[in-house]
Amino acid sequence: MAILEILEYPNTLLKQVSKPVEKFDDSLRVFIADLKETMDAGPGATGIAAPQVGRFERIVYIDASKTKRKVKNHGRMVLINPVIVAQDGSEVGREGCLSVPDYTGNVARATEITLKTQDADGVEHTFQMEGFEARLVQHEMDHLDGILFLDRLVSRRNSLFKRKNYKKPASKES
Amino acid sequence: MDTWYMTTFVGKDRSGIVAKVTQALYEGGCNLGEASMTRLGGNFTIMMMVKSDGTKEELEKIIEPVCREFELRSHVDKINGELHKHCDPDVLISVHGADRAGIVASATGVLAEAGLNILNLETDVGGKEDRPVYVMHLEGIAERGIDALEKALEKLEEEQGVQTHINPIDTLIG
Repeated sequence: MAILEILEYPNTLLKQVSKPVEKFDDSLRVFIADLKETMDAGPGATGIAAPQVGRFERIVYIDASKTKRKVKNHGRMVLINPVIVAQDGSEVGREGCLSVPDYTGNVARATEITLKTQDADGVEHTFQMEGFEARLVQHEMDHLDGILFLDRLVSRRNSLFKRKNYKKPASKES
Repeated sequence: MDTWYMTTFVGKDRSGIVAKVTQALYEGGCNLGEASMTRLGGNFTIMMMVKSDGTKEELEKIIEPVCREFELRSHVDKINGELHKHCDPDVLISVHGADRAGIVASATGVLAEAGLNILNLETDVGGKEDRPVYVMHLEGIAERGIDALEKALEKLEEEQGVQTHINPIDTLIG
């Protein structure tokens, strides 16, 4: 296994669109192991996409179980040729990227997704994901199309985060 | 030797100020770091990190013509220009209510006691002249956890008759 070099913005290779994986062989499995190790070596990283390490194939590795605050997740998973077949809702959240060090910004993403993907053996699966994990998949899948979170930034000022902890409305005002 | 200066400009807002100020600095051989411009009560305000190999007096000379043209007041301070060392907030708080003296002091006071380190603060006065509404957004680091801040905000709601919202910021790195 090896920690791979991460391409950093403004490297124009990050704008490249990745090709579908066609061969599910040992070379793919070795690459997935390296990708996982590279993600784990990235400070606070919960996901990584193959083009971030210069392999322009539709491969993503995620682990939404690594967040500081626990979120609903499917644990560690590799996504090969992933496709979002349905999505719902929209929420602004904070994102950063291994390819864009020392910067975080607000991005709107769908809150719920239905994801069709293959695993390392080429077997198809369908997953329902929500919240942080759904955001993570959308962020990583953007890399496969040459899109960075910088391309989707909304202002940090007055950004609307979801009001999860909405409390009682004021009733005293005259 | 390059020195960082915090340079602030305040004046009546007009279009074209930022372009003229930054052009003057560029022509004067300065580089810009981080900056924040906002309109406060109809006033143009900007704070800019300016890097220059000249003295404070030389920088003041560079900006003097544009200050005269736009009737801006400026202030230049030598600073430690720490770039590439961002702190990421982990909590977003908003407070709103009928405007009256002391809202910011009481809100930030109870939050500081509960361990909030404020990284960003914006406040606005909306509503009508005879019924002003105060809106405050804060981003920061919950040094003693979010529960402590939630309790502080509950107390603030009871005592000050304001409404508050608090949301964790789960920054995604991928």
